[in-house]
Amino acid sequence: MSAITITPIATFRTDDPYPFCPGCGHGPILDRLNEALIKLDLDPAKVVIVSDIGCSGLSDQYFVTSAFHGLHGRSTTYATGIKLANPDLEVVVIMGDGGTGIGGTHLVSAARRNIGITVIVMNNLNFGMTGGQHSTTTPEGGITSTTPLGNLEHPLDICATVGVNGAAYVYRGSSFDSDLAGRFAAAMEKPGFALLDVWDLCTAYYVRSNKFTRAGMEDSMRSWGMEPGLLYERETTEYAAGYREAHEAVVGSPVMSARPIPVDFEATLDRPMSLVVAGSAGGKIRSASRLVALGAIRSGLWAAQRDDYPVTVKSGHSVSELWLAPAEMPLTAVSRPDVLAIISVDGYGKAQPYLAAMTADDLVLTIPEYASLDTAARVVVIDPKSAEKRIPKTSMGLVYLSAALAITNPYPLDALREAAGAGSFAEVNMEAVETGVALVG
Amino acid sequence: MTANTEAPSREYIDGTTAIVRGAIDAGCTFFAGYPITPASGILMAMMREIPKVGGIAIQGEDEIASIGMCLGAAMSGSKAMTATSGPGISLYSESIGLAIMGEVPLVIVDVQRLGPATGGATTVAQGDVQFIRWGTAGGYPIIVLAPSSVPESYSFTVKAFELAERFRCPVFVLTDKELAMTLSAVDVDDSTVAHGTERPEKHEGLPYSWEPADAVEPMRRYGDGDAFRFTGSTHDEGAYITKNAAKVGALNEHLIAKIEAHRDEIEMVDTDLDPKADTIVVSYGVTAGAARAAVARLRTEGVVVSNLVVQSLWPIPETALLDAFDGVQRIVVPELNMGLYGREIERIAAGREVVGVNRIDGGLITIDEIMEAVR
Repeated sequence: MSAITITPIATFRTDDPYPFCPGCGHGPILDRLNEALIKLDLDPAKVVIVSDIGCSGLSDQYFVTSAFHGLHGRSTTYATGIKLANPDLEVVVIMGDGGTGIGGTHLVSAARRNIGITVIVMNNLNFGMTGGQHSTTTPEGGITSTTPLGNLEHPLDICATVGVNGAAYVYRGSSFDSDLAGRFAAAMEKPGFALLDVWDLCTAYYVRSNKFTRAGMEDSMRSWGMEPGLLYERETTEYAAGYREAHEAVVGSPVMSARPIPVDFEATLDRPMSLVVAGSAGGKIRSASRLVALGAIRSGLWAAQRDDYPVTVKSGHSVSELWLAPAEMPLTAVSRPDVLAIISVDGYGKAQPYLAAMTADDLVLTIPEYASLDTAARVVVIDPKSAEKRIPKTSMGLVYLSAALAITNPYPLDALREAAGAGSFAEVNMEAVETGVALVG
Repeated sequence: MTANTEAPSREYIDGTTAIVRGAIDAGCTFFAGYPITPASGILMAMMREIPKVGGIAIQGEDEIASIGMCLGAAMSGSKAMTATSGPGISLYSESIGLAIMGEVPLVIVDVQRLGPATGGATTVAQGDVQFIRWGTAGGYPIIVLAPSSVPESYSFTVKAFELAERFRCPVFVLTDKELAMTLSAVDVDDSTVAHGTERPEKHEGLPYSWEPADAVEPMRRYGDGDAFRFTGSTHDEGAYITKNAAKVGALNEHLIAKIEAHRDEIEMVDTDLDPKADTIVVSYGVTAGAARAAVARLRTEGVVVSNLVVQSLWPIPETALLDAFDGVQRIVVPELNMGLYGREIERIAAGREVVGVNRIDGGLITIDEIMEAVR
């Protein structure tokens, strides 16, 4: 048996020198990342470096790994999609402190989800590339090009923010840390979301304006209440793996397959007919309209319904326009209904344009409150109190539509009965149909 | 009771269901979206359905995250889709540009609602027709398909995936509250495509090429073959950022040429022309319903009139429109905005009279309103 020698890849770096300013900490941080990748002996094609915007956004070009360089603050979202679609990939996000501001909600959400990505924040306390403006992490009193008299905002504690919101691994340190490569490797190996807040010096701006030095960096962290070190570490279920596990049982089940409606009846309707039911939200108006349409389809007719309601869920009006037709017809609004059912105050308010357009050929069914309404149409007043049993509010729509069908007879009532008996709430719906038919019978 | 065994098999579904089925039949395996009326139905159905085909659906923390996740997933090899309404398209803006620049196939459904800002959440409109054309920086071509019925909501979604893969670009399905939520009887269609067309892929080498300018390079996917790069910055064939004028020009010309030189593969209209007509109705989307009904009714009254429904809003089907305008004096353009597409028709109509039928009060344009404009 011959021994096979596996030589780990010597470097994940390209031959190109970094473009960063002299003394900038970004280069050393990337060197530590390179060491971590070598240590983990990863396949460069299976590593995706997702870079944000700013000086940190230049990072990916100096690695031989795969890379995604997108828009400012959104790196975490691309990384999430990349990892979700292929959990075998090692996904490393490199962003600056700028990215933690504009992309703050994405960081928090990625931490809450525990998506298995590693975020390295190159935190130099200001915007370097665009001219030394203040960022979310600029300390109070910090002098920048946009806070010339000292920063008035409290600096963002990135680590605490993601840490209290579920992140699996959270570390704060600096570009000078001797064990940084080890931290990067540990973070990448940790299942779930990892973030490393790595402070470094922006020699072009923040250092110059604030006499900020390496020696002062760690003391400063502590004085601002931001302790260095491994701050959070917890065992979690990584999201991409957890998603797959949670959905394992449904893989392979049929997708929204068509449920053909049997045609067991013959309709008498020989021209398009429109019905409008005007009621209130929470009254199952749309469901009632749907059952009437299903009855029509069971009779070989075509049907379509257009519903109107406000953005609230169980308050306000609910109006359903319903077309029944012997032939397929394009989607249009109902201007002048053949039948209008008014079953509530909200419905009456919305019924006015229909009432104005209706003629003597048309039919209005109404609750007794609007017995004397002003319309050219024939008005049939139906008093729900005259029903044998009290009609629940949620059955009113179906009761009145059933009454309308009993009067106008576009298709056999048995088709409506079958439709009502075939779906959910069959008992209640079948009773509503019989009540409606009896009220005008 | 008469059993009618000859009757065609029908079901009662809305455009939302049709779009979801179309996406899954086209091979969509990744969906991310954020709740917004009237597009939430697509999000909810995708959360429920896509795991059944082994795919992933996720509700992002906002629209920006949702489309960002789609872009990442697409680069990991998924066919991705997202859905929103006008306010969400506003938040998609930067990422639409990233999809164009990085040449990422992506289907974006815009379920239009009324007005600027939050506007009317449960109210129909067609106000996004120019917004999605020019919805990101730079002014590059975009593909937009506009169904006008439930069956078209299915077939145009499938088509959108095909075009997105063919041209490596975002493709919009432009629908609206009524088309997405109106229930219609439709014939049960057994002729569904089996998981769509395969993505043209390659397994090694540079991710981009623009020689010749209109050629579309097969996609790479992360984790497959050797390492490769992606960038939203102006780049060379290896996705390295460049300011080399020759490279920059070639890239940007490519992004235009790959669509402009292949308009014949994209442009779609539904024509119902009468060669003797001097008036034509040109509509799209939900308004096509009333236009078709109005033309049918006018003809029963003896009025000679043509009808054309634009199905690929962008690129605008100029050749088909010019052909249809031959011999025509008047063009009636009904739309649920104050003439946003009518201005394009005016440009192509070259002097012919263009009459808009416009409405922005939340109601649909009626058959009568179109008939009146034709007469």
